Amino acid sequence: MSDLRPPAPPRRHLLSIRGLERDDVERVLETARALAGSLDREVKKLPTLRGRTVVNLFYESSTRTLTSFELAAKRLSADTMSVRSAGSSVDKGESLKDTALTLSAYDPDVIVVRHPSIGAPELVARNTAAHVVNAGDGKHQHPTQALLDLHTMREALGRLEGLHVAIVGDVRHSRVARSLVQALDLVGARALVVGPPTLLPRGIEALGCAVSTDIRAIADADVVYVLRMQAERMGSGEAYVPSLREYASSYGIGPERVRRGQVVMHPGPMNRGVEIDPRVADSGAALVTDQVRAGLVVRMAVLYDLLTVAAVREPVHAELA
Amino acid sequence: MTLFCANGRSDSLVVQGRVVAPGQGIDEALRVTVTDGVISAIEPGGAVGLVVAPAFIDPHVHLRTPGREDEETIRSGTEAAAAGGYCAILGMPNTEPVVDSSAVLGALVERARGEAVVPTGFMAAISKGQRGEELTEMIELAATGAAAFTDDGRPVESAGFMRRALQYSGLTGLPLALHCEEPTLSRGGHAHEGVVSTELGLDAYPPTAESVMVERDLALAGAEQRSIHLMHLSARQSVAALEHALSRGSAASGEVTPHHLVLTDEAVRSLDPNVKMNPPLRSQDDRAALRDALRRGSISCIATDHAPHARHEKDVPFEEAPFGVTGLETAFAALYTHLVVPGELSLETLLERMSAGPARVFGLDAPRVEVGARANLVVLDLEAEWTVTEEGFRSLSANSWLLGETLRGRVVTTIADGRVVFGA
Repeated sequence: MSDLRPPAPPRRHLLSIRGLERDDVERVLETARALAGSLDREVKKLPTLRGRTVVNLFYESSTRTLTSFELAAKRLSADTMSVRSAGSSVDKGESLKDTALTLSAYDPDVIVVRHPSIGAPELVARNTAAHVVNAGDGKHQHPTQALLDLHTMREALGRLEGLHVAIVGDVRHSRVARSLVQALDLVGARALVVGPPTLLPRGIEALGCAVSTDIRAIADADVVYVLRMQAERMGSGEAYVPSLREYASSYGIGPERVRRGQVVMHPGPMNRGVEIDPRVADSGAALVTDQVRAGLVVRMAVLYDLLTVAAVREPVHAELA
Repeated sequence: MTLFCANGRSDSLVVQGRVVAPGQGIDEALRVTVTDGVISAIEPGGAVGLVVAPAFIDPHVHLRTPGREDEETIRSGTEAAAAGGYCAILGMPNTEPVVDSSAVLGALVERARGEAVVPTGFMAAISKGQRGEELTEMIELAATGAAAFTDDGRPVESAGFMRRALQYSGLTGLPLALHCEEPTLSRGGHAHEGVVSTELGLDAYPPTAESVMVERDLALAGAEQRSIHLMHLSARQSVAALEHALSRGSAASGEVTPHHLVLTDEAVRSLDPNVKMNPPLRSQDDRAALRDALRRGSISCIATDHAPHARHEKDVPFEEAPFGVTGLETAFAALYTHLVVPGELSLETLLERMSAGPARVFGLDAPRVEVGARANLVVLDLEAEWTVTEEGFRSLSANSWLLGETLRGRVVTTIADGRVVFGA
């Protein structure tokens, strides 16, 4: 039983933007910028995390997050393995707690968790001696996405302080929006969330943002951040908007809604023709592929930060026997 | 109605201390002699640092029997009740199978006669299988000993069905105890809709999920001139609706749980499955309304909604965890520590709402401190501090919202129906 074990030493995790200080964010972004240089070299691999082990534990489908964490670990010379819920013991009904204990027996340094349930990474963190990184938990948090978005904005626009970012769309169901609003608040940028009232969760302004239901409110923004509209939110009885067509015409980001000088971001995967017009997605204003590249260096920076900047790791694995 | 428990010898003993019996206007140092289970003498006594009060009645307990005896049995649940100072409890019918026939109820009554440590009554379902479609055989259930009718755990969705239930249950004279929740507002929700749920991304339900159903049921009960009991109220608007109905002479009543009186949705930030319950912990404003109503007496009962869950079923991410927390063994100390000690509620009011209040609603004899009465007494040490631990529970489950917390006020002795059922 967990409370019979000796108390584990404090372990740094990346579970939520809320747990970070501004210094933490700036340090990770500096590291990411430094690491970005290494990607231009002919030999892209750094020896920094040789001998370390990173486990990716993914209970939800993912392309860019999983591949970028895998590649980030490899570029830093860490050993990495990925466990997906399909085809693993999870299929046989193993609980998240038992999976966490099982994987921890291999003594990994980092466990990266994506899970459909809010708080799942916290549960893993309570049951492992590894550092835990939240790669998305339900509608709660996706902190590395927010960090890579900050990195993208800073590289493209040269600053974060005072930057005005309009986040448009399905805020209610978006862990990306929650993390990004908090992250922008942390670094002194201004966030505005815009969407139909049925997709704006009650009290969102408490996270540190302004709120509007008027799409014209995005005109003043430096960055228009477009959220994915999930077709499954249109199911019968659960429809939050009457149709994708009406949504696209009312809140979709087409060329007429993008002002000269604004940049447009999207966390992917995009629904072209719904929340974003292809003419915008393929335009010079779109930073979507920059975001994907940023995902790699920022996740490298996060792994580097947890494993080298953090306090020295004590051997506590006997407790997990 | 009837309460059931195992046969046993009545006890003789003397308890003394500051006797606080709110309904009787007693608050003085007395020596109470119990002979063969009956209070035989009350004399001036010395101050011994203990409080003696009418024992508690919990009108809302999930005994998980039949079906989930791994979580609670009639014996473990009534032992937990005894440890919490209770002399009577009412069990909920949302078991496996549901208590919706006199055969199931009769079997439960037999089990209670064999193993209940504390007199126990059982509510029966309003509808067969709690599906809200067909009435249960209420006359036969009442004859078998049902304490009241409830579909607790789920709301009665159809207004038409509720109206018929109000009409038909009138034949039995037993109250309807209602779990008020509008399912199309609550469906999929895990928490109160507010800043906390928004920040955490939890699907949430607003206070109106409760209050629109409270208003509907009060309107229906008023029109049918029937009394209803509103269970585990959580929202300010629900309290307002109840008070409005009471002011117009309705025979409605309400209960509130210790967790809704002490916590708010801020506690959910921990994502600890032991603060996940239905109705959910609500805002500070809602909590203030519940406390006011409890003081005023418009909410007349404290009910634990003791809901045991297996450890492995709660040791999962918040959204996957079932609703419910235990409460029998911590109710008095939690409320004494969090409401009486800070001066939010008087000791007298707390004791009244835990004993005479529920007795009135369910037609039970209120425990009294008087010569000739069956002894139903609790002895309390208000100075004692203790820490809530998993190991300390008599309940088979440990899903308490108070784990690790140090509380003030401890039950020393419980005498239920003339027998010492806890302590010495």
